[in-house]
Amino acid sequence: MTDPKYPRSEVNSEKCKGCGLCIAACPMHVLVESPKLNSKGYHFAEYVGKGCVGCGNCFYNCPEPDAILVYLKNYDPEKEV
Amino acid sequence: MARMLMKGNYAAVYGAAMAGCTAYYGYPITPASEIAESAASLFPKLGRTFLQAESEVAAINMVYGAAGSGQRVMTGSSGPGISLKLEGISYCAGAALPCVIVDIMRGGPGLGNIGPEQSDYNQVVKGGGHGNYSSIVLAPNSCQEMCDYTMKAFELADKYRTPVFVLTDGVIGQMMESVTIPEPVKELPDKSDYAVYGTPLHKNLVNSIYIDHDDLEEWNLTLHKKYQVIKKEEVMYEEYMMEDAEIAVIGYGSVSRVLRTAVDAARAKGIKMGLFRPVTLFPFPEKEIAAMPGKGVKHILTVELSTGQMVDDVNLALAGSIKSDLYFRLGGNVPSADEILGKISELYGEVK
Amino acid sequence: MKKTMLQKPKGFIDEYKHKAGAEKDRTHYCPGCGHGILHKLIAEALEDFGLVDETILISPVGCSVFAYYYFDTGNFQAAHGRAPAVATAASRANPDKIVISYQGDGDLAAIGGNNILQAANRGENIVVFFINNAIYGMTGGQMAPTTLEGQVTTTTPYGRNTDTDGFPIKMSEVLSQLTAPTYIERVSLHDAPHIRKTRNAVRKAIKNAKERKGFQFVEVLSTCPSGWKMDPVKSMKWVKEKMLPLYPLGVYRDLGDDAKITTRPVPVMDPVAVWEKLGISAEADVDFPRGDVAEEYRKLSIRVAGFGGQGIMVTGQALASVALEYGYNVSWLPSYGPEMRGGTANCSVNIQDGQIGAAEAVKPSMLLAMNRPSLEKFEEAVEPGGTLIYNSTLIDIEPTRADIKVFAIPITGIADELGNTRVQSMVNIGAYAAITDMFRVEDVIALLPKLFKGKKQAILDLNAKAVKAGFAYVKDNFK
Ligand SMILES: Cc1ncc(C[n+]2csc(CCOP(=O)(O)OP(=O)(O)O)c2C)c(N)n1
Ligand code: SF4
Ligand code: SF4
Repeated sequence: MTDPKYPRSEVNSEKCKGCGLCIAACPMHVLVESPKLNSKGYHFAEYVGKGCVGCGNCFYNCPEPDAILVYLKNYDPEKEV
Repeated sequence: MARMLMKGNYAAVYGAAMAGCTAYYGYPITPASEIAESAASLFPKLGRTFLQAESEVAAINMVYGAAGSGQRVMTGSSGPGISLKLEGISYCAGAALPCVIVDIMRGGPGLGNIGPEQSDYNQVVKGGGHGNYSSIVLAPNSCQEMCDYTMKAFELADKYRTPVFVLTDGVIGQMMESVTIPEPVKELPDKSDYAVYGTPLHKNLVNSIYIDHDDLEEWNLTLHKKYQVIKKEEVMYEEYMMEDAEIAVIGYGSVSRVLRTAVDAARAKGIKMGLFRPVTLFPFPEKEIAAMPGKGVKHILTVELSTGQMVDDVNLALAGSIKSDLYFRLGGNVPSADEILGKISELYGEVK
Repeated sequence: MKKTMLQKPKGFIDEYKHKAGAEKDRTHYCPGCGHGILHKLIAEALEDFGLVDETILISPVGCSVFAYYYFDTGNFQAAHGRAPAVATAASRANPDKIVISYQGDGDLAAIGGNNILQAANRGENIVVFFINNAIYGMTGGQMAPTTLEGQVTTTTPYGRNTDTDGFPIKMSEVLSQLTAPTYIERVSLHDAPHIRKTRNAVRKAIKNAKERKGFQFVEVLSTCPSGWKMDPVKSMKWVKEKMLPLYPLGVYRDLGDDAKITTRPVPVMDPVAVWEKLGISAEADVDFPRGDVAEEYRKLSIRVAGFGGQGIMVTGQALASVALEYGYNVSWLPSYGPEMRGGTANCSVNIQDGQIGAAEAVKPSMLLAMNRPSLEKFEEAVEPGGTLIYNSTLIDIEPTRADIKVFAIPITGIADELGNTRVQSMVNIGAYAAITDMFRVEDVIALLPKLFKGKKQAILDLNAKAVKAGFAYVKDNFK
């Protein structure tokens, strides 16, 4: 498999509270707990950079409105304003 | 024909209907039940909401919801029901929501009885619920006033965004008198700055939480200022034969009517007695009472259907300038005019 | 439109301006808290259905007390347990809006248990989202009504003991016993597939609300990692292993298209229409011309007393009603209280010009005694110079007072002769009219349809006869 840009997930490291629910929910195991801490002292989640299938599990498991976003398969940066 | 014979409890609902009240939420209790019953009969004719709530607690929280939705809304109850409503009334005060609560007082404590008493004075006039708040309290003494003051209560509630009580006892609630129905209001105040309508332009918040200590202190000070304005602007009272009075009797609600009869009887005997009747209990007519000794009043007798609740406010106003006295009956008993006169001569025998 | 991106739904406010403190870009919830997950599903549904601007959300007391920080809707914050009551009124006031009551299990199932039950039973047109996390989160992990048997909380330190603490309460099952609710489902947030099912339930409930389909209830099994003292991932497992067996997921009610559509009346506010609907005429009141009333009857304080069933209250009210039409000030006060059920009845009527003082006729200037106990009880109180009218059919003793005027009238007898004891009241009115000259018989008869609203003509005719008979008796036998 190549390394397509989309789909992929993106974690906002500052808003993430490090609960780990997205990591547990990811079927592709492409989310991991960062060894780094954010300014609140949480080990935030990180996307490993490839392998996301855009299932959306992480988004819906994440309790924080703005901590994670997922670019789906059909995402086309050209079409987004 | 706008003139009708009706019970005080009915008159309150007519007043509400004329004030543009669009929702009534209540729970039955003697001697206030006719309020719910008359709202149940009148409001549907006007396409307005009547709902018999599951409890007084539910009713007052429905009032909170309706007031927050921008409606003129009312509930009615008596002693035990008012006790249950207090948390909700505190919420209304805290969220600055206008609403009208009619309390037809009965005998307490506990289940007490359904006779007339005035023993809700403290729980109604002194705030009652938690937090630093006061409700405006109007105390009608006739069926016409039940109608007129309920209508006025809605105006005051909106003017100050605060709960307003119409406080009276079972006598006024249960008696019938001629009531001339006032004309309905033509225009209602705009509430779009705070009411929640569920529209894009009115994403308001109805709320009484201020998590930050400084914020809550500031909000309390805002409320406090409001109460100071109310104290300055909204005092109402009635005087009868007070011009040359040496004895002043003070009473509100049904008691004030007995006192009026007593004053007539006293005057017939040459006793210079006058009646002072607070119409608003909050704000209390402190200044007028404080001024009495300076105007030649030598004796003040407060008469209540409670063991001395309003008399505390009378004495606060007098600030020790003269000693005042108290006479009360309880448990549903109402003093007669003769009884009052007996008390007067017992206390102030030398006055003739 | 198919989504190309999953991001913070527009049902949320951009910046949480109501939130205290500096962090206005994130929620106050603990890491991994189920509240946040449900919030997201609601906010997304509101955005997707274009309903953000038509929604009113009620925040409860509990950890979601600050739900209003986040939702870009109209917002109420309600007292503990009372969100369904507040929602009821908000929905009645705004019948075409989506009204959401968001509640925790302490709020909904404990303190507000009756409020939710009654709102459901009325079939209020509201959506209730019920977070069941088996604990009181906000106050630090005390027992909730939903707490599991044996579960340790700060108020069940030895585990919930069903002997003393009762059993976990199953709200979906309880509410499904009611007739009115349209849709009740229990869902769970414990893994991604179940979150999707929860998402569907949330959307269905909100869609139903849009169609005004009445009461919608979605119970959401959720987590409280802080209260449970468990990490978020383990918490999800705990829901699956411990909560699911006790709280079966599924649809407990779905009326679908059979749901009744809620309709509410539009309030009449136009002043002219208001009076019209209430039957109040705008024309000025015209008083009957007054007769020549003797001085002693111009200020009357009347006690009417007798057995219950003798028309005591009706007599009193009729006196007041008729006097009112002559422009007098009147009052009527029933004796109410313990006496009411004792079989005796009495009332006080005042008729005068000018302001009426005491309503109770303690020293009546007129006593109308319909039976012997009443005469015995009240005769002494009559003002010297006053008037006593007594029912000589039933009273076999002589009055004792010499300083009052006395009219012995066989009231019951006259009524019986007319064929109906119940017309005693109008015999009284006729007699009163003759004694005082205050009412004219034809005026009273003209008022009968108003006094006996909705009564048949035959009844009115009989009462008219009674008025005349009472009047005639006095005119024939006295003066
Ligand atoms: C009348 C009243 N009693 C008690 C409280 C204190 N209190 C605040 S939140 C809460 C429990 C809330 O628990 P729950 O509804 O389960 O919500 P959660 O915090 O778990 O989401 C209590 C008892 C209150 N605010 N008001
Ligand atoms: S969208 Fe699915 S696959 Fe991609 S990171 Fe999130 S959970 Fe993993
Ligand atoms: S205490 Fe529990 S319910 Fe409350 S925010 Fe934290 S995890 Fe959520």
